[in-house]
Amino acid sequence: MNAPHPRNWDSLRQSRGRRLERAAAVGLGKAVPAERIVDLLEAVIQPGDRVCLEGNNQKQADFLSESLADCDPARINDLGMVQSVLALPSHVDLFERGLASRLDFSFSGPQGARLAKLVQQQRIEIGAIHTYLELFGRYFLDLTPNVALIAAQAADAEGNLYLGPNTEDTPAIVEATAFKGGIVIAQVNERLDKLPRVDVPADWVDFTVLAPKPNYIEPLFTRDPAQITEVQVLMAMMAIKGIYAEYGVTRLNHGIGFDTAAIELLLPTYAAELGLKGKICTHWALNPHPTLIPAIESGFVQSVHSFGSEVGMEAYVAARSDVFFTGADGSMRSNRAFSQTAGLYACDMFIGSTLQMDLAGNSSTATLGRITGFGGAPNMGSDPHGRRHASPAWLKAGREAAGPNAIRGRKLVVQMVESFREHMAPVFVEELDAWQLQKVMGADLPPIMIYGDDVSHIVTEEGIANLLLCRTPEEREQAIRGVAGFTPVGLARDQAMVENLRDRGIVRRAEDLGIDPRMASRDLLAARSVKDLVRWSGGLYNPPSRFRNW
Amino acid sequence: METLEYRFASAPAAAAETPALCGVVGSGNLEILVTPGAEAQSCAISVKTSARGFGDIWQAVLAAFAASHAAGGTRIAINDMGATPAVVSLRLGQALADYQGGGQ
Repeated sequence: MNAPHPRNWDSLRQSRGRRLERAAAVGLGKAVPAERIVDLLEAVIQPGDRVCLEGNNQKQADFLSESLADCDPARINDLGMVQSVLALPSHVDLFERGLASRLDFSFSGPQGARLAKLVQQQRIEIGAIHTYLELFGRYFLDLTPNVALIAAQAADAEGNLYLGPNTEDTPAIVEATAFKGGIVIAQVNERLDKLPRVDVPADWVDFTVLAPKPNYIEPLFTRDPAQITEVQVLMAMMAIKGIYAEYGVTRLNHGIGFDTAAIELLLPTYAAELGLKGKICTHWALNPHPTLIPAIESGFVQSVHSFGSEVGMEAYVAARSDVFFTGADGSMRSNRAFSQTAGLYACDMFIGSTLQMDLAGNSSTATLGRITGFGGAPNMGSDPHGRRHASPAWLKAGREAAGPNAIRGRKLVVQMVESFREHMAPVFVEELDAWQLQKVMGADLPPIMIYGDDVSHIVTEEGIANLLLCRTPEEREQAIRGVAGFTPVGLARDQAMVENLRDRGIVRRAEDLGIDPRMASRDLLAARSVKDLVRWSGGLYNPPSRFRNW
Repeated sequence: METLEYRFASAPAAAAETPALCGVVGSGNLEILVTPGAEAQSCAISVKTSARGFGDIWQAVLAAFAASHAAGGTRIAINDMGATPAVVSLRLGQALADYQGGGQ
């Protein structure tokens, strides 16, 4: 009989101890001076480590990212980076300078083109592109970080952290790292004797560094009402009357585009006139969109839980603590992992936009030469088969899809698009660019954002297609063609079949919904400018300067 | 710049005495002038557009408008700055309503 090999059962803890000893040996304690950050990173990070760099949708650990990129690639290399969002130039510098070689992420918006180039040059290996919640999930399974580089608003002398309104991904990252033998390093905007509240306890944090300037935050969710078009007003009217009202949608998430901003601004006017106050849009998983202010002030909205915050909304949110989640100190606490969970299991509807949609209803924001990723859309824009609790909207959708004896409901997943984008690029296409991108990138799967079989409705300027009621792939295709406007896909419709679908209520025009398109006027918007939003907020909303023209 | 000319059969519009002007010439938008035309059973449309090469789509958009509205006996002049078909359709409906007496 072979005796089992003796095994070391605490190698992670021992490795952690050696890393902390190396930092101590170069004279670094818990509070690290900014000018010695590279010494710290070179002491505690080892070649081949998995490093989580906190790049969120909004808040960025930019000082730590730039400092890591300044480290010596002879000492630190072959890093596997795990991060939600690849947003900053320094995120990509890590790969160009030979410090990191592998990337698992969710979204790369502004760096999408540089990322695509590195992949084609085989200078970066992409593990996978995730939706946020699945990336967080993997932090706790097979992508647990050895080192996490995070951003906090403030630290006290012990190293407790206050995260401020933009809590975002920090709790998930720190929990995965601190409890699996990892090292947590936080950049902070200020050191305080007494924190407003403790969001991360000091014994989960190994090092803090006062960054030379406050961390960067992107105002990603601010939409200027002045840019909302009459076509968007028309589509919003159809969505409110044809979907929100008919299903009684109370729990929902909105995308970040102007289409859904138009809906938010029609709640206090058009939706109120339809008698829908208290009947729709009461509970939200949503960042504090400035365009939601009029609906909140009008009493439409009971509760909003947020993934992150929004620049300029801090004072307004703090003053509306019945609506938003706030701490005893008064300031907001967001949490991307929990809000995405709410978006997945507790919302009856997701409504958002896309760049391309095919004849099966698959949609993608990927275009050739750019790897952009998904963010949270695939999570919220999917029907979760694990859901068990019922609601009127969920039951109605389920019965439309599977008949009166359906044993489960359906989430409403609504795509709202004008049939042509700017420069006359058709949204509706025979084949998504995603398929070509898959070939070019050698990926396992095409980067489809929302699968067609999860989509329940499509709203365009031409009307609403209800895909739940389609019984065959042919009906589904013609329903999509039937709202695809004057795009080549729309012009190639079978007119008789589309009229048949219209008779069955699968395709509905504005006039079928009792809406006169000529009434679609910007005058219906509760706010027509950023200044109007400030006025609605009683002066509490403080928009970033780029949105001020007064 | 491209100039396109079309003529479509359309049910007669209620006669109006004053021309109607709708929309603005701005990026992604268009201006539409509706005036009395020569023939009661048809609608003559001229398009001046900044975007070249979309004649087929204009044909489809305008034909659908003429078929679904009573626009006979009108002459419609369009100055376009890259409006999408959705904007064109919406604006045509508004212009015709204005022409016939101020919407509804």
